[in-house]
Amino acid sequence: MANAIPQPTIPQVERENYLNKEYGVWSWLLTTDHKRIALLYLLSITFFFFIGGFFALLIRLELLTPAGDLVQADTYNKLFTMHGMVMVFFFLIPSIPAVLGNFLLPLMIGAKDLAFPRINLLSWYLYIIGGVIMLHCMLTGGVDTGWTFYAPFSTSFTNTKIVEAGIAIFIAGFSSILTGLNFVVTIHRMRAPGMTWSRLPLFIWAHYATSIIQLLGTPVVAVTIVLVAAERALHLGIFDPKLGGDPVLFQHLFWFYSHPAVYIMILPSMGVVTEIIACFSRKRIFGYHFVAFSSIAIAVFGFLVWAHHMFVAGISVYSALVFSFLSYAVALPSAIKVFNWTATLYKGSIHYDAPMLYAFGFLGLFTIGGLTGLFLAALGINVHVTDTYFVVAHFHYIMVGGAVMGYLGGMHFWWPKISGRLYPEGWARLAALIVFIGFNLTFFPQFLLGYMGMPRRYYDYSHMPEFQILNVLSTAGATILGVGYLLPMAYFLWSMRYGKPASDNPWNAAGLEWKTASPPPTFNFDEEPVVTWEAYNYEELDAPHKEEVPVAR
Amino acid sequence: MQDNANTSSFTAVHDHHGEAHAAHNPALLHHFAEPQQQRDAASLGMWVFLATEVMFFGGLFCAYLIYRRWYFPDFAAASKSIDATLGATNTAVLICSSLTVVLAVWAAQTARRTLLILMLGITMLLGLAFLGIKGVEYKDKFEEHHVPGASFSFDHVPVPGHPGEFANPRHAQMFFSLYFVMTGLHALHMIIGLGIFTWLLIMAWKGRFTPEWHTPVEIGGLYWHFVDIVWIYLFPLLYLIDRHP
Repeated sequence: MANAIPQPTIPQVERENYLNKEYGVWSWLLTTDHKRIALLYLLSITFFFFIGGFFALLIRLELLTPAGDLVQADTYNKLFTMHGMVMVFFFLIPSIPAVLGNFLLPLMIGAKDLAFPRINLLSWYLYIIGGVIMLHCMLTGGVDTGWTFYAPFSTSFTNTKIVEAGIAIFIAGFSSILTGLNFVVTIHRMRAPGMTWSRLPLFIWAHYATSIIQLLGTPVVAVTIVLVAAERALHLGIFDPKLGGDPVLFQHLFWFYSHPAVYIMILPSMGVVTEIIACFSRKRIFGYHFVAFSSIAIAVFGFLVWAHHMFVAGISVYSALVFSFLSYAVALPSAIKVFNWTATLYKGSIHYDAPMLYAFGFLGLFTIGGLTGLFLAALGINVHVTDTYFVVAHFHYIMVGGAVMGYLGGMHFWWPKISGRLYPEGWARLAALIVFIGFNLTFFPQFLLGYMGMPRRYYDYSHMPEFQILNVLSTAGATILGVGYLLPMAYFLWSMRYGKPASDNPWNAAGLEWKTASPPPTFNFDEEPVVTWEAYNYEELDAPHKEEVPVAR
Repeated sequence: MQDNANTSSFTAVHDHHGEAHAAHNPALLHHFAEPQQQRDAASLGMWVFLATEVMFFGGLFCAYLIYRRWYFPDFAAASKSIDATLGATNTAVLICSSLTVVLAVWAAQTARRTLLILMLGITMLLGLAFLGIKGVEYKDKFEEHHVPGASFSFDHVPVPGHPGEFANPRHAQMFFSLYFVMTGLHALHMIIGLGIFTWLLIMAWKGRFTPEWHTPVEIGGLYWHFVDIVWIYLFPLLYLIDRHP
């Protein structure tokens, strides 16, 4: 530092932002800043992601050989159960809404915070309480029913910790409800002047639809869990056929939430992908209103298709027909989105940065996941592939290929805003490639396995050794996928210290969140923003010399 | 239900930073532009929460209606064994408490502090009376061995309107399972409501509510009304299945 020559760079006086405003544990644990709460969520869901991933790895290792030689049957049952519960309730459902949604929603609509900042913090604490109970449950024996808790096995037969897992999920469910409540009220009441509904980023529309599902679906699964716990603890007979109860009623109540829950996972991801595709093709999204309302349509239709999980559970053939038809209907709004994204790309000026690579991955994998969903909605094929690896592959294409791809794409896209640093682009593109290859190698063989008849939830397939080759491929893919997930974590952490400082708008993207500092100040904007432009005005951004397009109305 | 984004004109000067208003309104939180926005947010928040509550009870009502249809004679017999007079009294108690809640909100709007305190207090007394009567009913059921579980017994109870037929104890137990879960969760909501009203009473005692700011009274009242309405559905469904002599 004894250098006498004046430095050519301007001395780096860091602006005050939400990260450096206060330090210390309590400034984080008692924060009501939505951006800090988003980071608390980021840490906690990453933790659970790796726990769930660890279980997945053990499952794949067991299936490497036809014989059941790594773990015992009971342990295997617990492994896939805990993998499902952790990944669904403690990673996927909070993933994009609680991290990116929490961080971006107020920024995107020009608000200082969510409508109820303390309830937002409460929702994180509920998540943590639920998570701690879930960890305790896992460490002291776990659950072996599958994440679906099917009665009467869960209510009358298994000796594992159903009630404890139920309590954990019940509490985490209320965390999800409160997040949804906060989002709905914030979107309705906290928009900046000029931020009309048709100027909202489609990310916001997607989160609005997601919140509706969280609000109306989660309470039903909560009360179902109450009934299961009451049935176990007090020996009621609500779902037990021996006592006059109906196990199919349990499935109805469970899937009434748990099918729409899939849309809680995928809709926010669709929102992320919409933002990324518009930015990296430098175009206004094609058919804005169609994309916006298709989110709402997915939320509404999503509530009307639950019994397609129960075609072989003994529901009447007429109701099966109706639910099959409605399941086809939910493909329409999803297809509208895919076509509109593709149309946005058409004649766009496409940039192949890492977020866009994830968005491309999403586009392909979600389409495969969605189309195989139509196989499953068809009554005849459904009977053939029920409870096989075809189902496993299908929902992993949606949940991992869709939701997680979108989550990673969004994390890359908004990382400069969140951390104020740039991630290393080369590594990020490599990681996106590894994730894509690893994912397909893991799950595509499972479609084939399922179609050939390999049942899900079997730990031993030694009577069918010809399945081994595809299982080996799948396990190899899972290893590659694991590397693909570890890489971003490594370079994100690295970039927090060594990454290049990000400008306020490194992508030259539209959207209010890019008009404030990176990282943003605690109250998001130094001056209250007033919106006078339409969403996704990339044509204006890229041709600033052109006369400003007059705003409609 | 005004939309703040649509009503604001683009050219207007938006000079409502929280601090400027906080000087004369300590209740205005920093992230709201104006008290009206804060009030609308709180009120919408409670309505949305009540929508989740509808779904929460909705799952139970769904289960109840299915089993009631399947096992109607047994449900009718079981329903006859619970005390409709006590149930009707409780219904009247809750309807009266809804009236006092409305009066409390009105008192807050018109700055009548004594009346507000009085009405909140009466509401709480009525709530406690409801829980007391409910406790008596539970005690009766316990003594009659109508609580589901090992000691449950419902033998030789005639089906109303079908002389010589007896209710199936298993199916009657289903009725009581749902009865206890539904009324139990409702009572839990009442207890939470009493907690909220205790806080409202303390705040009212301290004179915190003004005609400009009494949002907690309003949204607390909304919650109370909701819990009342759930009972309005529970009472006929559980108590009045088939009361013909």
